[in-house]
Amino acid sequence: MRRRPRQASWQPAPRAAQPPPRRPRGAGRAGSRLRRPLIYLQRHAQVFLGSLGRLSHTPLTSLMTATVIGIALALPGGLYLLLHNAEQLGGGWRGSARISLYLKRDVGEERARVLAAQLRGRPGVRQVTYISREQGLREFRAASGFGAALDALKTNPLPAVLVVQPALSGNGPQAVQGLLEALRKLPQVALAQFDMAWVRRLYALMALAQRGVAIMAAMLALAVLLVVGNTIRLDIQSQREQIEVTKLVGGTDAFIRRPFLYSGLWYGLTGGAIAWLLVRAALWLLQGPVQRLALLYHSDFTLASLGLGPSVALLAGGGLLGLLGSWLAVGRHLAKIEPR
Amino acid sequence: MHCSTPDPRRTPRGTPEPHGGRCTCGIRTEGARARARVPPMIRFDNVGKRYPGGHEALAGVSFRLERGEMAFLTGHSGAGKSTLLRLIALIERPTRGQVLLDGENLGRVRRRRVPYVRRRMGIIFQDYRLLHERTVFDNVALPLVIEGHPHAEIARRVRAALDKVGLLGRERMLPVTLSGGEQQRVSIARAVVHKPPLLLADEPTGNLDPDLSREIMELFEQFHQVGVTVLIASHDLDLIRSMGHRVLRLRAGRLDAAGLPERVA
Repeated sequence: MRRRPRQASWQPAPRAAQPPPRRPRGAGRAGSRLRRPLIYLQRHAQVFLGSLGRLSHTPLTSLMTATVIGIALALPGGLYLLLHNAEQLGGGWRGSARISLYLKRDVGEERARVLAAQLRGRPGVRQVTYISREQGLREFRAASGFGAALDALKTNPLPAVLVVQPALSGNGPQAVQGLLEALRKLPQVALAQFDMAWVRRLYALMALAQRGVAIMAAMLALAVLLVVGNTIRLDIQSQREQIEVTKLVGGTDAFIRRPFLYSGLWYGLTGGAIAWLLVRAALWLLQGPVQRLALLYHSDFTLASLGLGPSVALLAGGGLLGLLGSWLAVGRHLAKIEPR
Repeated sequence: MHCSTPDPRRTPRGTPEPHGGRCTCGIRTEGARARARVPPMIRFDNVGKRYPGGHEALAGVSFRLERGEMAFLTGHSGAGKSTLLRLIALIERPTRGQVLLDGENLGRVRRRRVPYVRRRMGIIFQDYRLLHERTVFDNVALPLVIEGHPHAEIARRVRAALDKVGLLGRERMLPVTLSGGEQQRVSIARAVVHKPPLLLADEPTGNLDPDLSREIMELFEQFHQVGVTVLIASHDLDLIRSMGHRVLRLRAGRLDAAGLPERVA
């Protein structure tokens, strides 16, 4: 660009914006169209990094705020993980949930095996085990101690049994109930038995715990909002002079708001990261004792860790809460500051 | 027919004006009417300002400041000088009358539009109002950053502004390390960096000794020379007299005299 004479360059800008000088067709048009949004993005990136820089000026204070947020987020995060693990463990117990189908006496071994094969192909059924009348008698004799009494009987009084393990994946007790009804209607079945009560209790307990975690998460989310809001309020107060001067030289509310919003976002993101670290640390501390306990029960159960989804949710939730908290604070306090 | 000029209202745009826009016969041709339509930079119409406590800071103030004019606003402390400037900068709103900036009624400017009105002026304060944690460069760059100029352009224009006030080479310093006169120059550079057509100064030399005050006033004079409208509130009568510009004198919130310094100050 050619330098104009110095004096002339200090003439005031005309009030109405001059139309930009015409360019030859095609030359740099895409560039000029991209220029404004690019500058806009560039400004946002600058403020984004600038607000991080400002937080790093007071590392201890910023870190303390972020840690408070981190702890508040780690509590529901950790509880969620605990619940998740309890469900895994519950899945193990559910393996012992069985429907016993006592077959009619006239159903022979051949037909019983065919029925077992049919049932194995049904959705909602995990495993079917056939216990023949003789096998049942043997087990009964061994377990009950009524051996002599049984010998007195001329025929085997026990029916053949199909033990059906339902697959308790998502649908809970209702699905099992449906399966039970269906099995009961089979012509070969004399009696179908299933102890539903404890499955219902398990699911009710899980629902209760989930609700509890949700309530706690909501309260702690509110706490995060207040922590971020209060921190941003103090930030705004300490930068009163700067806000006034910016307004005096023509800064819009959006311009003034931006660094505070990004500060809130940073607090939230850092808090989310700290929460993730805390949960990981807690898991690492619990892993050993849990494994020892599991070993005593001859189980190879290990604590499941935070997956990618929950980790991202923790970070994003933190960031979102930070942004929201600062938004509330900025809305309340920024408008009150007008230049004197 | 008084002269050969056809009815000017019928003159199609673009046709050369027979009298060069200036007709001795008194009928305004299109060009002359266009010039007459150029509004003054600042116009006060019977403006009054009463603060909530009941204190009447201004009452019945009317005056015009033409485009490119330089004028001083004088009067004792509490006469209403600052209030008058604050009305132009939309820091306050009048309780009576109208303030027009370049023909625009400021009473109609909504809160959201206030920043854009302020961008059309540069304001200079007695206490400089610089940001003490920011460098001189950042302070001067603020109006351009707000307007969203590209980085390279900001750097170029900030340096040009600092050069203009004689502070090139101090960009990286913090304002507190500068003297009072230098700090006021930084604030002037900040006020002019976005090339506003209007400069408002509230006691710009209030904290400075006479020599520095004169230098600062000469700086304003230079901006006036290139077409900037300048309005300076000051009670430094000797200095005002020596500058030779129009003076508006306020007394207890009323404009009690206006004219050249020999007559007023």
